[in-house]
Amino acid sequence: MTRIPSGWSRRTFLRSALATGALVVPGSGVLVGCATSGGGQEQTEGEVSDDNPLGVPTDSPLEIYIFNGGFGDKYATDVHEPMYKEKYPNAEIKHKAEVDIAGALQSRFVAGNPPDFVNNSGDGQIPLGQLVSDKQLYSLADLFDAPSWDDPSKKVRDTLVPGAVEEGTFGDTPYALHLALTIYGLWYNKALFDQHGWTPPTTWAEMTDLCKEIKGAGIAPWTYQGVHARYMTWPLLTMAAKHAGEDVLKAIDNLEEGAWAHEAIKESANALAGLKRSGFILEGTEGMDHIQAQGAWCEGKAAFVPCGSWLESEQVDVTPEGFEFAFMPEPVLSEDSALPKETLRATAGEPYVVPAAAKNPRGGLEYMRIMLSKEGARGFTEEVSSLTVVQGAADGLQLKPGLTSAQDALKTAGDNVINWRYQTWYQSMWNPGINAHIGDLLAGRMSVDEFSTACEAEAKKIRDDDSITKYTR
Amino acid sequence: MSTDVSVRNSVPRRPTSKAGPALHHGKYTFVVSFLLVPVGIYGLFVVSPYLQAIYISLTDWTGLTGGQTFVGLANYARLLDDEQFLIALRNNGILVVVVPAVTVLLGLFLASMLNVGRRGRSGVEGVRGSAVYRVVYFFPMVLSVAIIGVLFKYVFAPTQAGGILNGLLRAVGLDGWAQPWLGDPDFAFWIVLLVMIWSFVGFYVVLFSAAMQSIPKEIYEAALLDGAGRFMTFRQVTLPLVWDTVQVGWVYLAIQAMDAFALVHIMLGIGGGPSRSGDVLGLALYRSAFNSYRFGYASAIGVVLLLLTLVVAAVFMRVARRERVELS
Repeated sequence: MTRIPSGWSRRTFLRSALATGALVVPGSGVLVGCATSGGGQEQTEGEVSDDNPLGVPTDSPLEIYIFNGGFGDKYATDVHEPMYKEKYPNAEIKHKAEVDIAGALQSRFVAGNPPDFVNNSGDGQIPLGQLVSDKQLYSLADLFDAPSWDDPSKKVRDTLVPGAVEEGTFGDTPYALHLALTIYGLWYNKALFDQHGWTPPTTWAEMTDLCKEIKGAGIAPWTYQGVHARYMTWPLLTMAAKHAGEDVLKAIDNLEEGAWAHEAIKESANALAGLKRSGFILEGTEGMDHIQAQGAWCEGKAAFVPCGSWLESEQVDVTPEGFEFAFMPEPVLSEDSALPKETLRATAGEPYVVPAAAKNPRGGLEYMRIMLSKEGARGFTEEVSSLTVVQGAADGLQLKPGLTSAQDALKTAGDNVINWRYQTWYQSMWNPGINAHIGDLLAGRMSVDEFSTACEAEAKKIRDDDSITKYTR
Repeated sequence: MSTDVSVRNSVPRRPTSKAGPALHHGKYTFVVSFLLVPVGIYGLFVVSPYLQAIYISLTDWTGLTGGQTFVGLANYARLLDDEQFLIALRNNGILVVVVPAVTVLLGLFLASMLNVGRRGRSGVEGVRGSAVYRVVYFFPMVLSVAIIGVLFKYVFAPTQAGGILNGLLRAVGLDGWAQPWLGDPDFAFWIVLLVMIWSFVGFYVVLFSAAMQSIPKEIYEAALLDGAGRFMTFRQVTLPLVWDTVQVGWVYLAIQAMDAFALVHIMLGIGGGPSRSGDVLGLALYRSAFNSYRFGYASAIGVVLLLLTLVVAAVFMRVARRERVELS
């Protein structure tokens, strides 16, 4: 048995152990590589020809990361990847589906060995603005200027709906491709409306009248996504822009002083806050999350809910029999509005990027060109029930009723489609920043003036922060 | 390294030590060879991340690049202007005071009821059914924090979303008391605090129970003969004899309460709830890192959190220090 002599007390023992640890530490950084150390990898390119306008290395592997969320990854494995494989039979496709994109890829971006194509979406989305300012993304300019898959005489950018390329453009360079086309507005159950003989209102005065009627029928006229109150910034800004023109939105995107104090913003905020004052919002909405609020709406407890066109797919498990999804644009605040009543917000969503340090970036671009082909876009719509930014790709497809109604509204709107960018450019300003303030406004905890001051303060925070790259439009 | 240790050890700490240098030498080889691997692993996976985090907190690293710029204490200076950080700091302060206090008191009360709450035929014993209670109290410990968070999110949900508490209140005619609990900045944070206590208290009941069971029954009998009431017995007999355990529990609870990240994130969301009033440091750190991709700033919050935890642990240990009561 070992007797520990008194000279070697527990205290000295620990002390020397600590000294040993201190010596090990500096070396360990070298051993494992510090969290912050980077590297790099070699890029391959192929010959440019008429048949291969992007210069894809025909036998290099292509590593693809798809966000495995609401859209799943079948559209990639069943539609786009076979198309790539057919054109480049010698190229191996390494397909990965991932729920947490940041969790899987953050360290690979840092280490300088990211994959060739990333569907940067979901809760683990790495903010595009940050990736761009860190120079981690490959420019997509060549893709949009390349001849399109179906018609070589037409550039890729000319086959897309207006605004699709801009959505992924930072400064002058496009860095992200957004394939899905999302239409934003108010949703209602057409079956319920037909049963009561209610017609969707086009002006706010009609809206308030209808709300009284709906309330009289024992149904709450409105609900929203509760603690995720930021969904209500969409009707807020859309109604403000319809009222006073798109310059309201440009001022917000450009972080101009007083942008959130614009009369139209205040009027729009006042209209929405009025819903609470008049008791038109489903009781307890401010304490719900989006699942609970949208669920209550599907159960017929509320008549209107603001959302994007993914709503129908999102609610598919809880939608009762006989429920008919229908879309309407936000009503105009007054008859003499700057933009027509049909105006709505549509954005290109679901971002795809090619990392700057990818091994096979040209393959990544080619994969995107395939997604933007008629066949690729149709396949996407069929698999995930979402429209795409490719013009006419969904023509003749049988869509779900809600999506059909949104697409009809988009057609009626024509060129009167609006959008804003601050949400993408300065993600934290919108959430959690403005999310909290509009929550306070709609719960009646904040006045319209206080709300506009609070939003101004959020914009100022971004404006005054030198570490954030600013964009203008 | 060996010189360093031998120099330090050549200072005679214990005058009775007679061991010669030759023997020392062999001993070091023996000890060092055994220590090298565990200490190496500890250094690699525990000490080195701490040091790296401290370094990162002095840079503007975004978490996405291979390089970063050294910015000195800029991140720490920015913390002072960040209102949201101050809200989180205040909430952590409330947590660290209220949660241990209430949990320890509740734990002691319930444990003493389970073990010494009743004067039965055989002297002092637990209340009727204490064996069942002991198991029931431990239940929350078995559930993971995520489950507890989701569960209570539904308990405190608004009526229209099937909130259980509001349903109960309405069932007993207290309609006016029904609230969108987690949607109200006056309640949200306190509800999380309540849930935290609920989830912690069972473990401390078991911990204190174990300590109480080791108190000899004779002491209680003597107190009983001297005519001590329940409260007197608790104060003069039970509490002093379990004080060591209480002290351990107290410090541990304080450290646990500094976290609260998972519960707040699940119950109130990433923004910290309505008006962002329920924010805690752990959540602010997570948001800076994985929402805004400012790992430098997030690390600065982490370093502050580390320092606070160290200070809190030290303070609590000092406050709870008290003369030890020997049983034998």
